[in-house]
Amino acid sequence: MTLSTRPDFSTIAGWIAPKARVLDLGCGDGSLFAYLRESQGVTGYGIEIDDAGVLASIGNGVNVIQSNLEAGLAGFDDQSFDSVILSQTLQAMRHTELIVLEMLRVGREAIVTFPNFGYWAHRVQVLSGRMPVSRDLPYQWYDTPNVHLCTVADFDAFCAAHSFRVLERVVLHDSKRVSVLANLFGSLAIYRFQRGGEQ
Amino acid sequence: MTAAPGSVGIVQPQRASFGDPLRLSSGATLPAFELMYETYGTLNAERSNAILVCHALNASHHVAGEYAGQPASEGWWDNMVGPGKPVDTARFFAVGVNNLGGCFGSTGPASINPATGKPWGSDFPIVTVEDWVDAQARLADHLGIERFAAVMGGSLGGMQALSWAIRYPERIGNALVIAAAPNLSAQNIAFNEVARAAILTDPDFHDGHYYAYGVKPVRGLRIARMVGHITYISDEQMGEKFGRTLREGLNYSFAPEFEIESYLRYQAEKFSEYFDANTYLRITKALDYFDPALVTGGNLTRALAPASCRFLVISFTTDWRFSPARAREIVKALVDNRRDVSYAEILAPHGHDAFLLDTPQYHAVVRSYLVRTLR
Repeated sequence: MTLSTRPDFSTIAGWIAPKARVLDLGCGDGSLFAYLRESQGVTGYGIEIDDAGVLASIGNGVNVIQSNLEAGLAGFDDQSFDSVILSQTLQAMRHTELIVLEMLRVGREAIVTFPNFGYWAHRVQVLSGRMPVSRDLPYQWYDTPNVHLCTVADFDAFCAAHSFRVLERVVLHDSKRVSVLANLFGSLAIYRFQRGGEQ
Repeated sequence: MTAAPGSVGIVQPQRASFGDPLRLSSGATLPAFELMYETYGTLNAERSNAILVCHALNASHHVAGEYAGQPASEGWWDNMVGPGKPVDTARFFAVGVNNLGGCFGSTGPASINPATGKPWGSDFPIVTVEDWVDAQARLADHLGIERFAAVMGGSLGGMQALSWAIRYPERIGNALVIAAAPNLSAQNIAFNEVARAAILTDPDFHDGHYYAYGVKPVRGLRIARMVGHITYISDEQMGEKFGRTLREGLNYSFAPEFEIESYLRYQAEKFSEYFDANTYLRITKALDYFDPALVTGGNLTRALAPASCRFLVISFTTDWRFSPARAREIVKALVDNRRDVSYAEILAPHGHDAFLLDTPQYHAVVRSYLVRTLR
């Protein structure tokens, strides 16, 4: 079984403590979890709804639990994980707010990554009158799994509205960090945050 | 490179005798007992590749392969166990065993009670899943297997795998718990009670000592099987297979008119020819009693705390006897204990019986999981 890596993997790994207890939501073939296991020695589970992903995760030796994230995380106790990760899945979730709240219920910290709809090339396409199609958003409007696309500024506002404390925010393009006008020049956003009012 | 999936070929059952008494959950003691078993594949030099396959209600030690000179005598899980199959006998040494109290050669109600020289009948003690597992552990000793790479089973067989993980954590590397539940619901017990009532009220039952009368409570056993069979199939599947199809139109009689009626009668007839009613009574009791959380005040998480092996839990979407929700209870308890567990919920229309069928995703998951256990 081959493992893939995505540009957000190393940033996420840098935010995970060694031996951390991790829940990876929408784990796909288990690549990210396997990466974190190799690099950080994490333990925990991936959650995946798709049959092919479940099978591939098992083949990769990743503990995977077949479950629908849209129904929440009922099988997991409060604060039972150090980090709960949602890597490039947020935009395809119907119950976006529910899952983020669930992540912070079962985990001390949440890590969310998503394609930045505010990336300049997407804005140019919208200005030209078309829905964006790019490497990060490779779908036509009529067959996309993405139902909740957002920009970096949108997610900042979402966190503020829910009193989440953003611990770190990294915006990448071509795997390189974008620090100036991140919402314009970055195509992939990675957030680490926790509930407000907590240590 | 694995060869094309095939049969293990001609197999021969074996018998192991155990002279040390076995203390049972009920408090009774069996002074000695025998177990019928079969093995497939080769035990490696390290004795590390053994997989115990536990059977459910009506099956036996004959898991795979066939008997010489007996066409259509394939084992009950022949699609799962064999060279190139998910339990690949080119890699694994699989063991099938007929449980204590069974009617396929292991010591059971039809065996001779050494104290009386007559068949045990209803004097044969009630045995539990835990008793079966303890007897299976004796068989493992007999075969020189200190630790199973995996213990697996579907339905009641999955409960045995779960029990192994709790009772003998140091002797099991992986537990494959398929189409099982952490205990029976009231509805499950109710169905079992109907089955038992059918047998117990059969005039040929003779208080369980029917062997002496040269009769068998086949009418009761047939009804028991009918009830059971209904619960193994989904409504959807039954509708698709039989619908309201009539054999010859309405006759305004009580003879079987709908296809489903004649199917049930056929299954029941067949079953009553080879299965022993006293065994059926005991196996349904073992099902009803199974409840590892009984000793932990209903807390399944604490009940599973002693388990240290890795787990694969599988359920089937249309299984209403042991539904996915019940399997998820097991998964949750394992997650609470931070155990290694994977869970697959297989999309299958068949109901509980899906665990005996070869839905591609199901077999692929088992295969893929087991491949890793030897690494």
